[in-house]
Amino acid sequence: MKISVLSPDKSIFEGEITSVKVPGAGGQFQVLNNHAAIVSALVKGDVEIVKGGGEKMSFAIEKGFIEVLKNDIALLVEGVEE
Amino acid sequence: MGANLKEVRERITSVKSTQQITKAMKMVSAAKLRKAQEAITRLRPYANKLNHMLTNILGNLDGDASSSFGTARAIKQVAIVVVTSNRGLCGAFNTNVIKAAVALIEDKYSAQRAAGNVTILCIGKKGNEYFKKHHSDCKHIDEYVNIFEDLSFDNVAQVSKRLMNGFSKEYTDVVEVAYGRFKNAATQFAEADQFLPVPPMEVEEGAEEENLNADYIFEPDQESLLEHLIPSILQTKFQKYLLDTHASEHGARMTAMDKATENAEDLVKGLKILYNKARQEAITSELSEIVGGAAALEGA
Repeated sequence: MKISVLSPDKSIFEGEITSVKVPGAGGQFQVLNNHAAIVSALVKGDVEIVKGGGEKMSFAIEKGFIEVLKNDIALLVEGVEE
Repeated sequence: MGANLKEVRERITSVKSTQQITKAMKMVSAAKLRKAQEAITRLRPYANKLNHMLTNILGNLDGDASSSFGTARAIKQVAIVVVTSNRGLCGAFNTNVIKAAVALIEDKYSAQRAAGNVTILCIGKKGNEYFKKHHSDCKHIDEYVNIFEDLSFDNVAQVSKRLMNGFSKEYTDVVEVAYGRFKNAATQFAEADQFLPVPPMEVEEGAEEENLNADYIFEPDQESLLEHLIPSILQTKFQKYLLDTHASEHGARMTAMDKATENAEDLVKGLKILYNKARQEAITSELSEIVGGAAALEGA
């Protein structure tokens, strides 16, 4: 599935991934392939991405939003610290 | 005649050196403009996605989309944000923004001004200088004047957060922003825009249909999601005001300096003609003096 991670200042990552773990407002959750369509607010916490090649990438965020629709993920984050 | 010749020559040199400065400033502005434009472009996907999510939520929401930032109330306290540049030499750019802000203060909110309920928040030195001098009866917030030095999102967000906070605590009832909207390097508009309360949001046509098929899970529920989303959208909007003004400033300066360089070129042309005429005159009179002198000698 595809993801684009955007912050207001720049685009952080764009590409194929196998999973992403985010700190949702209702608790941490993981998005895998064929996840149901969801829009969620994110709270302060860590985002963990497993890229298509198996490498991991993680960073802390202040807040943000995630939208998943048909294996297309938009992750909007604020206050990113790598 | 000789002194005149020297004077003209000196003027040509001075105009030429001024021209070099304006040319350099133009090129510097062009480079800065490109950077400022890139910043706008970088913000755009983020802003679009946010709006996209908003449309999604609004499209799936039953009933009214009301938010605490959207409720208009009787206007007692007014906050005017004036975004100008830090430096001059950019044509009528700052003047136009200031004019737009003055129109707000003196026409639209004249009653509130008379009651001493207008607060001016200046971003950029030029506006600050003007309003400190001409509108000393209004309250001023000047701690954000130098925010142009760091236009990162987090830094700018503290201003918009403060404005939103003031609005939700009912310190201010309306927030207007006067800024320079950027269209392209040659065109900028000085505009006043109502930042808060947010004008009622409408679901865009077309966008709705595509999303109706998707059965979204909303987490938390739609209303609380909106409460999270709208401040972010407002911060993004505020960021856009500043980025736009920043780009407009450089665009305006580039145009102004281009004009100045052209004018200097014209001036030099005129002066050169003047110089050559004076030179020819001097030669002619010198020649006739020699001829006259020789004739007088022959006659003797």
